[in-house]
Amino acid sequence: MRGDLTNPVPEVNEHSQEEVLLNQWAEQDYAFGFVSDIEQDIVPKGLNEEVIRWISARKEEPSWLLDWRLKAYRHWLSMPTPEWAHLEIPAIDFQDISYYAAPKAAAKLNSLDELDPEIKSTYDKLGIPLEEQLILAGVAVDAVLDSVSVVTTYKEKLAEKGIIFCSFSEAVREHPDLVRKHLGKVVPYTDNYYAALNSAVFSDGSFVYIPQGVRCPMELSTYFRINAAGTGQFERTLIVADDDAYVSYLEGCTAPKRDENQLHAAVVELVAMNRSEIRYATVQNWYPGDAQGIGGIYNFVTKRGLCQGLASKISWTQVETGSAITWKYPSVVLMGDRSTGEFYSVALAARAQQADTGTKMIHIGKNTTSRIVSKGISAGRGQNAYRGLVKVRETATNARNYSQCDSLLMGDRCGAHTYPYFEINCPDAQVEHEATTSKIEEDLLYYCQQRGLPTEEAIALIVNGYAKEVLDKLPMEFAVEARKLLAISLEGSVG
Amino acid sequence: MLEIIDLHASVDDKPILKGLNLQIRPGEVHAIMGPNGSGKSTLSHVLAGRPGYDVRGSVRFNGQDLLDLAPEERAWAGLFLAFQYPVEIPGVSNTNFMRSALNQVRSHRGLPALEAGDFLKIMREKAGLVQLDPSFLSRPVNLGFSGGEKKRNEIFQMAMLDPQLAILDETDSGLDIDALRIVAEGVRKLRREDNSFLVITHYQRLLDHLRPDIVHVLMDGKIVRTGNDTLALELEEKGYDWLKAELA
Repeated sequence: MRGDLTNPVPEVNEHSQEEVLLNQWAEQDYAFGFVSDIEQDIVPKGLNEEVIRWISARKEEPSWLLDWRLKAYRHWLSMPTPEWAHLEIPAIDFQDISYYAAPKAAAKLNSLDELDPEIKSTYDKLGIPLEEQLILAGVAVDAVLDSVSVVTTYKEKLAEKGIIFCSFSEAVREHPDLVRKHLGKVVPYTDNYYAALNSAVFSDGSFVYIPQGVRCPMELSTYFRINAAGTGQFERTLIVADDDAYVSYLEGCTAPKRDENQLHAAVVELVAMNRSEIRYATVQNWYPGDAQGIGGIYNFVTKRGLCQGLASKISWTQVETGSAITWKYPSVVLMGDRSTGEFYSVALAARAQQADTGTKMIHIGKNTTSRIVSKGISAGRGQNAYRGLVKVRETATNARNYSQCDSLLMGDRCGAHTYPYFEINCPDAQVEHEATTSKIEEDLLYYCQQRGLPTEEAIALIVNGYAKEVLDKLPMEFAVEARKLLAISLEGSVG
Repeated sequence: MLEIIDLHASVDDKPILKGLNLQIRPGEVHAIMGPNGSGKSTLSHVLAGRPGYDVRGSVRFNGQDLLDLAPEERAWAGLFLAFQYPVEIPGVSNTNFMRSALNQVRSHRGLPALEAGDFLKIMREKAGLVQLDPSFLSRPVNLGFSGGEKKRNEIFQMAMLDPQLAILDETDSGLDIDALRIVAEGVRKLRREDNSFLVITHYQRLLDHLRPDIVHVLMDGKIVRTGNDTLALELEEKGYDWLKAELA
């Protein structure tokens, strides 16, 4: 897949002092752009039923799953590509993508010592401590390299509580009933174009099950890494929290610097039973492409949670700094009475990045509540759109929603757009929406500089302050990482 | 410490400072008074390095060419401006702001970053100097502060950063009598033999507390009269018109 994202640079008229100041930044390199030299098992490029059968056979899947994949594939063939977002997406040649890549040595591992040193060094470079310090920190990690899950730490400890945290492939083998019961129930393969594609070709991802009454004692975490060239990544994650269960889950994503565009089309499904709570956080830092818009990941993701049970709660937090194009709307279906859905988002579009992201809150049960806090940051030639739907069905008496959508602009060549949609079919619904757009004022920068802060540190401070409400929702150690990531992503991006 | 020779500054080709000369030695407190529009605030911002001015002339600060330096470099060199209109920074606590600023300034003065405990101790001590309630330290910088609280916060920041030359740009405007006394007390306690103050003001009240060594009158972009604190009293009594008449 080789899309060309180059947009003509708009004519820049007279720069204000602020622009001159902001434009002085030098181009900062993406820090995670290395390629690991790992022997790969890659299926030849192209997509057809044979490829799907090959993937399914490779993963030793039961026939019901192969059938489901094939149905999804046939449905996908009948669908048009979605064109409604505020995005310029170059035509994607789906026959020019390899749909499966795996490190050759990635047989089932019993311990971290068996991990290919090159893979381990990949994760070390990413600053992902797979070992002791992580265990000490109480974080359990699943690492997905290209199409397969490489290692899952801390499994035994979780198993004592009956918690299942494993790769999706393993879940299909070891817990087929659970997977079959929930797979595609929240995001059916008919849902949208990229969800259908994912359902046909998904390779791996994480699976989590928290049994009744269990509070998961540690953060669960998956790191996704695209390494192989010419491949797409299509992971699938399913998290089920049974009655009175609690889990907090975090995913991080990076990819090498390449001039080609690579497709990442994931699906995440969450199911929350009675009085259970799922917190799902994403720190997305896929390679964003360069300042001219060459290269970068197309991040087309479907994430949805179902608050199936009474008084259940699902909370999405996302920090989206990477990817050339982001198309993603983590949503909550509030089916159970008194259930709660939350969406906290920081989305950054710098360089030539494009983001169209937001949420859907679908109120069905009685006394349901949702809260949306979106903080967009546009810099360079970035285009950032918030798109959010609040839907209150006839059945959802006494529904409440609060939405706040803020946009911050840096420089005069970027864009911020807000598309709020409301479909209110119940007369007693209380729906509030607030939106603001602001620029980093020259006077604010000057004030910080007068106190001794250099421009870049001043901007990092101001932006982190702006995004604070969302960053505060992340687990502490990841909040620190996200703050640094925001600062790094903005360095050199305004110009 | 500061030597200004023939300083000119204009905005959009409109001249504001028109050949200003001023010399400040260590340990001195200078006051600049003058009618509205005479260029008092412009002088403070030109010295602090605010962008947007077309500047000519020479300003030497401890031997360095001040006009060559970026605003943050001037801060590192020991220049501080207490703003007439301090800005608000949402989501950034006073504590966080001051820690970042102080560690920057310290590192450029060859001092190690402060341990968290030491930093907090200094911060509480300096907040006490201007009777700033400790709850303000965890609040976002200036957000929702009253006019007087913002001005006290400026003096608090000044105390934290321990500048060699502090410029107070109409710090007294908008302050009631009690706040004025607190601010003036704070400044007085920070006076040493090796630091200096340039106090820009309309009113005698602040000068009653600060007792400046030298008083200048700025009119139409130039210093037209320099004297001791009796000059300030004279201006308070007679206004600026007599001076204008005398100069004409």
